[in-house]
Amino acid sequence: MPDPLLRVQSLVRSFGGIKATDNLSMEVVPGELHAIIGPNGAGKTTLISQLTGQLMPNSGSIHFAGRDVTGLPSYKRSALGLARSFQITSLLKDFSAIDNVALAAQAHDGHSFRFWGAARKEPHLRAAARAALERVGLGQRADVVVSELSHGEQRELELAVALATKPQLLLLDEPMAGLGVTESQRMVALLKELRKEVTIVLVEHDMEAVFALADRITVLVYGRVIACDVPDAIRKHEEVKRAYLGEQHAVTAHG
Amino acid sequence: MMPNLNVSNAVVAVLCAALIMLPVYSAASGNIFILTLFTRIVIFALAAASLNLIMGYGGMMSFGHAAYLGIGGYAVGILAAEGIGSGFIQWPVALIVSALFALVIGALSLRTRGVYFIMITLAFAQMAYYVATSLSRYGADDGLTIYKRSDFAGLINLSNRTQFYYLCLACLFGGIYLIWRIVNSRFGLVVQGVRSNEQRMQAIGFHANRYRLVCFVISGTICGLAGALLANNTDFVSPAGMYWTRSGELMVMVVLGGMGSLFGPVIGAIAFLLLEELLSQFTEYWALIMGPLLLLIVLFARGGIMGLLGRFNRA
Repeated sequence: MPDPLLRVQSLVRSFGGIKATDNLSMEVVPGELHAIIGPNGAGKTTLISQLTGQLMPNSGSIHFAGRDVTGLPSYKRSALGLARSFQITSLLKDFSAIDNVALAAQAHDGHSFRFWGAARKEPHLRAAARAALERVGLGQRADVVVSELSHGEQRELELAVALATKPQLLLLDEPMAGLGVTESQRMVALLKELRKEVTIVLVEHDMEAVFALADRITVLVYGRVIACDVPDAIRKHEEVKRAYLGEQHAVTAHG
Repeated sequence: MMPNLNVSNAVVAVLCAALIMLPVYSAASGNIFILTLFTRIVIFALAAASLNLIMGYGGMMSFGHAAYLGIGGYAVGILAAEGIGSGFIQWPVALIVSALFALVIGALSLRTRGVYFIMITLAFAQMAYYVATSLSRYGADDGLTIYKRSDFAGLINLSNRTQFYYLCLACLFGGIYLIWRIVNSRFGLVVQGVRSNEQRMQAIGFHANRYRLVCFVISGTICGLAGALLANNTDFVSPAGMYWTRSGELMVMVVLGGMGSLFGPVIGAIAFLLLEELLSQFTEYWALIMGPLLLLIVLFARGGIMGLLGRFNRA
């Protein structure tokens, strides 16, 4: 196996008496689509937030592309090539779709202490933004203000914003959340395309999507990794079945 | 990009033309009062425009902007009192001291958000106020009279009403042009993005506070310029000019005219100061009328007067 792109070692994060991340270790290798699943409250979003730097761990370490990034704030990790989408859509609501994406491109195109030239007229930023929008199927909606986009379109825009930062690793926090059946299918198709270009960590509740997409799956329960393996092995894993109980059916029936 | 021909742009264009022609009218009609009144209005419009940069575009509710008016003014006043009458020294000093003050205040207060930010900026401005009251060499509580306006080596005579008015107007238009460029620049988009969603901006790779701080300093510097103008206009600086009520008035002008619109603060300053002038002729309790009026604007016209005009654009 190649050197891991992301290595998490003995990560701990507690909130009061609750350990949301409990001595968690995992690795993501370049090129894979690594899914993280687990019942509600397993600490998936907490983990993602620590990976991107929105939340600092109590102990443990995170290495990204060979560098220790444990103490780095999120904007510096983004500069290194770590991008995330948010579980609850987090966009610049009063900006147009293309402005949202162009700002992401701008963030990775030198500093932004430029006070004079009109940023909306910089051809290469606009072109990069348009390309990312086309990529996720929002080419026609570039000039629409975010608050007027549908929920599904906003989820796609989240992805376009993350792509525009030219990430090495894409952390997707439930990209299908709240999507209808056809929208979900479009998203799965899109992720199938994207995974050819970029390493992806996917947190998702939609088991059908997870088993269709993932190279490997890590299963979290109460902030701990109880299994990490290829989808077929996860499907048969006894502890995973027990942990999921109600969702066991979903795990075995689909995929 | 050509500006669209719509109601609000038309109003702004007429307004600018009227401001430019005002001295002509004043001279023709012999109405000197209107020129002095509008000189004051133009200076406050510049101060309000600078506040709008951080408040409207940057989402930073500074409740201490009068401090920069005072600092710019005191820089001119103190230098004049010490015998340094040249504007080429006074004004750069006013700008630099304002910028430094903004840098310190910004660096400290930008660690906080929301109500705490408002309170900290207010607290620092009040500190500046109390420092000014204790400057016994420079008039302390009573303020400092400026016996000679800034001297620009014969380039422009600040004691000439018309020349001084045009200087103020040039500063206002220059300031607004600068703000317009900034707002549409890379820097400006980042600042507005941070106002809209700070977490998102951090996640895509922006160090939000650095951009906020620079914006805060630019705003304070422009307001310092307004302070230097104001001191020359009144030939006087006093601590009262940096009291928190003055900061409040600047905020009212911005909200009244329309936060986050380029000419909103200008319209807000005109509306506020004209109303104050008119109402105070009828009653000393003019604030009793101004208050409810402001309430109506806030309740029914979120975007202020510019927002109201904007509604006609679509019609």
